[in-house]
Amino acid sequence: MKTNDLIIQTTTKVVFFIIFLFSIHIFFAGHYTPGGGFVGGLLMSSAIVLLLLAFDLKTVQEMLPINYTILTAIGLLISLATAAGSIFFNVPFFTHVYDYFYIPLLGETSIHTAMFFDTGVYLVVVGVTMTIIQMIGGDE
Amino acid sequence: MSLIFAIFTPILIALLIPFLFKRVPKIHTGWFVLIVPVALVSFYATYLPSIMSGSTYIDELPWIPSLGISFISYIDGLSLLFSLLITGIGSLVVLYSIFYLDKKKEKLGNFYVYLLIFMTAMLGVVQSDHLISLYFFWELTSISSFLLIGYWYTRDGSRFGALKSMMITVFGGLMMLGGFLILGILGDTFSIRELIAQTTTLATHDLFVWALVLVLLGAFTKSAQFPFYIWLPDAMEAPTPVSAYLHSATMVKAGLYLVARFTPIFAVSEVWVWLVTGVGIVTLLWGSFFAVKQTDLKAILAFSTVSQLGLIMSLLGIGSIAYHVSGDLVTTYTFATFAAIFHLINHATFKGSLFMIAGIVDHETGTRDIRKLGGLMSLMPVSFTIALIGSLSMAGVPLFNGFLSKEMFLDATLSLQHFNLYAMDTWGILIPIIAWVASVFTFVYSLYFVFHTFRGKYKPEQLPKKAHEAPLGMLVSPGILATLVIVIFFVPNFLGNTFVKPAVVAIQPLTYAVPADVGFTIKAWHGFDSIALYMTLGIFLVGFVLYKLLPKWTAIYQAIPSKLSLNKMYDGLMNFADHGTNRISSLYMTGSIRSYLLYMFAAIIMLLASTLWIKDAFVISFDNLAPIRFFEILISIILVVGTLTILFTKSRLTAIIALGAVGYTVALFFIIFKAPDLALTQLVIETVSVALFLGAFYYLPKLNKHEKGKEDRGFRLGNFIIALGVGVMVTLIAISSHSQKLVPSISQYYKDTVYSEAGGGNIVNVILVDYRGFDTLFEISVLTIASLGIIGMITVRLAKKKGDRKIENK
Repeated sequence: MKTNDLIIQTTTKVVFFIIFLFSIHIFFAGHYTPGGGFVGGLLMSSAIVLLLLAFDLKTVQEMLPINYTILTAIGLLISLATAAGSIFFNVPFFTHVYDYFYIPLLGETSIHTAMFFDTGVYLVVVGVTMTIIQMIGGDE
Repeated sequence: MSLIFAIFTPILIALLIPFLFKRVPKIHTGWFVLIVPVALVSFYATYLPSIMSGSTYIDELPWIPSLGISFISYIDGLSLLFSLLITGIGSLVVLYSIFYLDKKKEKLGNFYVYLLIFMTAMLGVVQSDHLISLYFFWELTSISSFLLIGYWYTRDGSRFGALKSMMITVFGGLMMLGGFLILGILGDTFSIRELIAQTTTLATHDLFVWALVLVLLGAFTKSAQFPFYIWLPDAMEAPTPVSAYLHSATMVKAGLYLVARFTPIFAVSEVWVWLVTGVGIVTLLWGSFFAVKQTDLKAILAFSTVSQLGLIMSLLGIGSIAYHVSGDLVTTYTFATFAAIFHLINHATFKGSLFMIAGIVDHETGTRDIRKLGGLMSLMPVSFTIALIGSLSMAGVPLFNGFLSKEMFLDATLSLQHFNLYAMDTWGILIPIIAWVASVFTFVYSLYFVFHTFRGKYKPEQLPKKAHEAPLGMLVSPGILATLVIVIFFVPNFLGNTFVKPAVVAIQPLTYAVPADVGFTIKAWHGFDSIALYMTLGIFLVGFVLYKLLPKWTAIYQAIPSKLSLNKMYDGLMNFADHGTNRISSLYMTGSIRSYLLYMFAAIIMLLASTLWIKDAFVISFDNLAPIRFFEILISIILVVGTLTILFTKSRLTAIIALGAVGYTVALFFIIFKAPDLALTQLVIETVSVALFLGAFYYLPKLNKHEKGKEDRGFRLGNFIIALGVGVMVTLIAISSHSQKLVPSISQYYKDTVYSEAGGGNIVNVILVDYRGFDTLFEISVLTIASLGIIGMITVRLAKKKGDRKIENK
């Protein structure tokens, strides 16, 4: 179907990872600087959309064999579990905690339960946008 | 406990009836049912001696104790009389129905269940002392009578009659409930006895008259008083035992019972006196006048019942004058109450027997049309005798009990001369005259009923069946009632002492303490100085002449236009309720979303703008405003241009691109107002949604699909005004809410604690995931639902398409 799109395909192969890394960065940076799960997720899906534009639906599905509906569900579950986890420690629903840990390679880092919640948001956003785009794009 | 139990006995036995009907098909179910009223009548009869000596009984079963609602059975002269009537006539009716209804053709299980429910309901109405439980039983009578009238539910007439009676009596019942609630609030009790005790304080209250009118509405609808009598003639579609029981002896007297029971509470008001008397006397005349017009045996009896109920009602009204007079006059007016109760019993005897005879005639000849009947005297001699006794008693002829009560009635109306409100030199003179005229018509239709049915020429060719005498069992019940008609004439004072006097004590508790105080005796002969005697003679004379000349003057009924009849008005009302409201709602329920949006926006503008206006809330304050910068003006101009482009463009593609421009401009706004998170999100989201719009664009129809080649949406003034109104209103509200901030912002707290408490630096993100993470949780749920919805819509549509193709392939 796509005949002469060598340039875009080659560019995409490079740009995809740049966008992907930017998305990860903006996700992790969210707690201190602008960004967060929502924007991060949207950027991630725009990277995948770029793939879709350069290649076709089937190829992308082979590259990233992800069922986005299940991804949405997993994201929702992570968020809910983070929020509900506080119940087991006898504190109100949605109480977050954070502390500083020493992690190899990264050194002294703060680990915040809000980040897990944000991970859920990230996954849901990726799942939802990709589901919608795939559904509409796959529709004849 | 036994009194409460007695009320509920019939409805409990009713639970067994379907089993008996199914398991013992050989024996007519009625025989089992018969035990119930017979047992109850003997049970209530045991109370007679002590009630006659003036004592009362009370029994209570708590129902909803926290609200003070309970079933209270209160037995005094009045309720015992009614209980005996209900169970006594009930026994005779059940006996009659055993021979009337065929055990193979009819659904007897249904019939007797409804009848027993009705019996419980009636006993409950007459014995309840608590207003709420009285209302409960009252509606139960409406429902069970609805079921009984519609017993032959395959006939249109039955269903129509049942619905009509239901509508009217339930309307009255609900009005009555309103009256009860007012009474209960005014008196701070729902007990009738306690309300009677504080009647003088109740009467001073403004709402007292309202309670009175509402309670009377209930009584008038149930007792088929003018103008609510119209359901009763249509209720004649019921099986004859039902007509005899409900529509002559018991249910229609529930309204009379209510009036009698509430007389001690309401009679202090003059409104009560003239309403009860006036409506009663009008009903009397109206019913007796139209009875002569009817051609259906049961319709004659129905109008006759209406008229006789009016008579009793007016007597109760005259009796309540006793509360307004003093001295000897008190006994003059309590005599009317005495007459009312006496006639109530008499009416139950002769009307019950007449209905049963009408049923027999219908059963044995196959028709109730009086024009087809005639000459049955020699074929059905026993029925004729009973019918003659009943009719002559109804007409008020000596040797029958109707004569006694008619004389007492005339006496009572004449006694009105002593009362200022109805003084004889004013319009009060009308009442005795109306009473006399109505009695003449009563005389005419009584003769018409009996002689047109049984005398004249026998017309066998017009009758569906060959006429013959009814079986003995069917004649027993009307026979007993006819015997009572004669017996009461000869020993009226036995009845007076046993039943009437205790009831009078219950209605007039201020005048009499015990039944022995009531000093009336019933005399058949008043002497030559009695005006009533000459009135009676006049009735006989004029009535006989009118009867003989009947064919000559019936033409006057044709002179009354049928459009003015109350039935037509009822039909019109129902028609309006049905079609009129439908038409009204179809006026505004157009089905067009455009109209509904118009209503909603118009309503929002009106509500909010008028609130701003009324509360005088519009304020403009220029304090606390930031300086306007160059970039803000520039971006605003771009925004306005983009918006106007969307409004005025003729192509959809331009509109989509302009919308995208507006979205990116908003992102610019977010940037200059220092909201980087929002700007990022807005940029990406705007891109995605413009892409989606473009994806959908290809499939959309042109903006104006009616005019080809011209993509113009046109201009609608209404839409323009509404849109302008919404815009102006929102602007006004925004300005005034900014100009008057009542509470300071809470954002300082977030600034202070974002690092120390939440361990973050980006306030927006920390609010989203930490302070207010709950919102975010549900927002991502919303996204999930949206994506699932899109999956659903697209896959369902795909499946449909495939299905269509399959069908095409075939």
